[in-house]
Amino acid sequence: MEILDRKDKLPGARVLLLQYLLLAGFAGLAVGLWQLQVLQTNKWSLLARHNRIRTEPIPAPRGRIFDRDGRLLVDNYPSFTAYLLRDGRGRWRADLPGIARGLYVPLAAMQAALHRYRDAPIYQPIPIKQDITPADVAFIAAHHDDYPELETIMASRRLYPKNGFAANLIGYVGEPSEAQVASGKVPPGAVVGKSGLEKYYNRLLTGRDGERRVLVDARGRVVGTLSDTPPVPGHDLHLTLDNTIQMAAEQALGNRPGAVVALNPRTGGVLAMVSRPTFDPNLFAAGVSAAQWHTWATDPGHPLMNKAIQAQLAPGSVFKLVVATAGLQQGMAENKIVNCQGVYRYGGHDFHCWIYTEKGQVHGPLDVQQAIQHSCDVYFYTLGMEEGISMIDKYAFALGLGHTTGIDLPEEAAGLIPTPAWKEAHYHAPWYKGETVSVAIGQGPIMVTPIQLARLAGGIASGGLFPRPHLEQNAPATQGFDFPLLPVTVSTITAGMRGVVNPGGTAASAHLEGVDFGGKTGTAQTISDRKLKQITGSRARYVDNVWFVGVSPVVNPRIAVCVLFQHGAESSYAAQIAAQVVTAYYKTKAAPAGAVSAAAPAVPSASGAGKGF
Amino acid sequence: MRWRDLDWFLVGTALLIAVIGVLEIHSATLGTKFAGVWVKQVYFLIAGVGLMLVVSRIDYKLILESSPWLYVVSVAGLGGVLVLGKAIFHSRRWIPIAGSHLQVSEFVKLVIIVVVARFCGAARLSLSWWDIGKVGALVGLPAALVLLEPDLGTALTYLPVAAVGLVLGGMRWRQFGILALAGLLMLPLAWHGLHPYQRERLIGFMQPQADPLGSGYQVLQSKIAVGAGGMWGQGMAQGSQIRGEFLPVPHTDFIFAAFAEEYGFVGALALLGLYLLLLLRLIANAQLAPDRAAGIVVMGVMAVLAFHVLVNVGMVVGLMPVTGIPLPLLSSGGSSLLFTFAALGLVMNVRLARFVN
Repeated sequence: MEILDRKDKLPGARVLLLQYLLLAGFAGLAVGLWQLQVLQTNKWSLLARHNRIRTEPIPAPRGRIFDRDGRLLVDNYPSFTAYLLRDGRGRWRADLPGIARGLYVPLAAMQAALHRYRDAPIYQPIPIKQDITPADVAFIAAHHDDYPELETIMASRRLYPKNGFAANLIGYVGEPSEAQVASGKVPPGAVVGKSGLEKYYNRLLTGRDGERRVLVDARGRVVGTLSDTPPVPGHDLHLTLDNTIQMAAEQALGNRPGAVVALNPRTGGVLAMVSRPTFDPNLFAAGVSAAQWHTWATDPGHPLMNKAIQAQLAPGSVFKLVVATAGLQQGMAENKIVNCQGVYRYGGHDFHCWIYTEKGQVHGPLDVQQAIQHSCDVYFYTLGMEEGISMIDKYAFALGLGHTTGIDLPEEAAGLIPTPAWKEAHYHAPWYKGETVSVAIGQGPIMVTPIQLARLAGGIASGGLFPRPHLEQNAPATQGFDFPLLPVTVSTITAGMRGVVNPGGTAASAHLEGVDFGGKTGTAQTISDRKLKQITGSRARYVDNVWFVGVSPVVNPRIAVCVLFQHGAESSYAAQIAAQVVTAYYKTKAAPAGAVSAAAPAVPSASGAGKGF
Repeated sequence: MRWRDLDWFLVGTALLIAVIGVLEIHSATLGTKFAGVWVKQVYFLIAGVGLMLVVSRIDYKLILESSPWLYVVSVAGLGGVLVLGKAIFHSRRWIPIAGSHLQVSEFVKLVIIVVVARFCGAARLSLSWWDIGKVGALVGLPAALVLLEPDLGTALTYLPVAAVGLVLGGMRWRQFGILALAGLLMLPLAWHGLHPYQRERLIGFMQPQADPLGSGYQVLQSKIAVGAGGMWGQGMAQGSQIRGEFLPVPHTDFIFAAFAEEYGFVGALALLGLYLLLLLRLIANAQLAPDRAAGIVVMGVMAVLAFHVLVNVGMVVGLMPVTGIPLPLLSSGGSSLLFTFAALGLVMNVRLARFVN
């Protein structure tokens, strides 16, 4: 039995014992370290070299796009992408040429991709070939031991309608730009909208990618999963577009260069939008080749452009609706009769009426309604000169020209309404009154887009409603406006528009039996007469552009259509295309039952409203 | 008291280990989301040295006398943490102080050391079962509260204080044997009381290969890191296991693995040697203590630090289960660092007192 020797001191023997215990413990640790670090170091080093955690992205599917009735327009399909893993201790650099040959990717293109992702963390796989073929998948699987740094990852890709259906408005997707990657907001291999709805609604359509962290062995085989974060799919887009009307518009325009826009003038909802020539966006889904891109980019027809919102051209006689509206609102046109003798003389210049130039005839005396029906130039030369450029400009802006409509698509063009101030700023010259003569019939430096004209026609016919055109069903109504018109303005102009597609009108061939349909034709020169005489070769490129804006029913319309047929020569062709779109509209659910028979002239809703300026 | 009366050997060794710790934290977190943690560690190191100097100047007799009050405050504090403590990492062990989260249980350790020393240091020839029961209750109550947080690791660090107190306070070997036997018989009951994640850790410790991605993952990765270090190590900031982030949070509990991979067997042994020097110096100080209670205070500090080192390094090399207790002076973490230096301050205090009478 042990006795504590001194009451006020620590028992020395026991302290010594604790000290031995401590030494024994440390000796144990030293033995443990010796075992791991000296005896078994080869085993553990081997395990260390084989140790790999890999982060595999699980790309989120993009939101799908539906038409107004829930019909699927844009879907996704599963596709495989070849990824390069760069955490394999440097060997992948030497393997690049072999991989490039095996996957039929130019080595330079692969190095460019790697360069683009040079700042990405080393454990992040780099996409080197999108939408690989079954042969590529087989190559990667067969060469797993040679190229363990190659990996295939499944992603969903865009499946667009065939034959460029609605391609220019839907747009296309592609790899992010270098700037987007550098910003760090876009992960490697991400897909971003490059144009059209895909670009405008990119944030909505893009989901949140998931990722899977896996442990792999030395041969690149997945041993187990450490964590699994499922992707969150992007939001679906529900459009105001009607598949049936869109189809009709696509077929009606056919292969003619130009554009068609149809919208609901009451809401601004776009029912159809076509641009020609077009392209196949499916070619973008898997990365478009440089050659294909070059073809599209240099095509004089601009297939990648959405002409419905981006073509800026002179409106020709469609602009007479603006001059007529200004005259009626100001009380200058209601009782005005002009006797067309085929020519209008100003400042020593002769400005001819089209009927004189083309048929050697004259219109004789007409009022404003008849002037619209027959598109008499002399009438509008006279009226426009009385109004003056400032008043014409004011009404043009008020009716939505010269500025963007705010449609939910990127890169909409604003067009141009020439003003004295604009001329001063760009040409350092004053506005000559003689220039107003040309502007009054929509010629000269005036430029509009098809979407602007569609809204303009619908806006006048509906008494002054100019809602924001939009494609997404719930797009906010920002940028829309009302411009209430006098009842006489609306009734006079709509009556004239109805006359256009009836016997004696400029587009009588577009008459629709039993449908209350009206519109206004336009023909715009693409080159001045003087210059045209100097052209020696083919003149096909310089043939006039033709327009038609149509509404149905004519008063308080439910559909407004604008057709642009570039180099179409005859404006009645454009009117016939519009008539086909309107016909298709009445076959859809969007049209109210019995709308055709009920389509009788009615009092404008905006009766008694506003007195103009 | 003069500056030269401080135990410069002890302070120097502790500071050397702490500086190595800062360097290793920097190296292990380089390029990870934890990069920059080492700066915080430097601040805590400076605060810790200050705390040590302050504690060394309070008369240890005063501390011993006021220990019952400190004990009451401590138990109340632990209770408060349980009720109010911010839930981080699923456990209520932290309280936010000055923009940092401090672990109350670390500081309670100091109080337990003092309380046990006061009780066991009282001059008597032997301890009765009643005395042993009292010590058990004194340590058991705060340990139970810490266990409820739940923080098994820290609760376990209270046990060596009681053990050293009882052994040096005069417990008979026969009593020790009976206690040990009773403890063994209680083991199945303890297993029942463990949290599922704690049981998983124990299984993971027994068979790390069984589930390499589950609870055995840390143990396996730690052993790979240590083993890959070899005799001479991979060099500073060159540890591929740490670089590859196979060991999650390598700068806290598993920092010794990071160190062993970078500096190999030679470096690891040298570091262990520094710890051994520190602990042996503490024992030497204990034997110089003017009375038994003071000696038990120093031995209590020694026991806690030794327990930390043995269990932590044991865990890193796969000899001990994962309990989640840090390596004193090396692991990143303010509470542990402040506790260690405060404890060294106590030791300093006792050492200085030997000149008093």
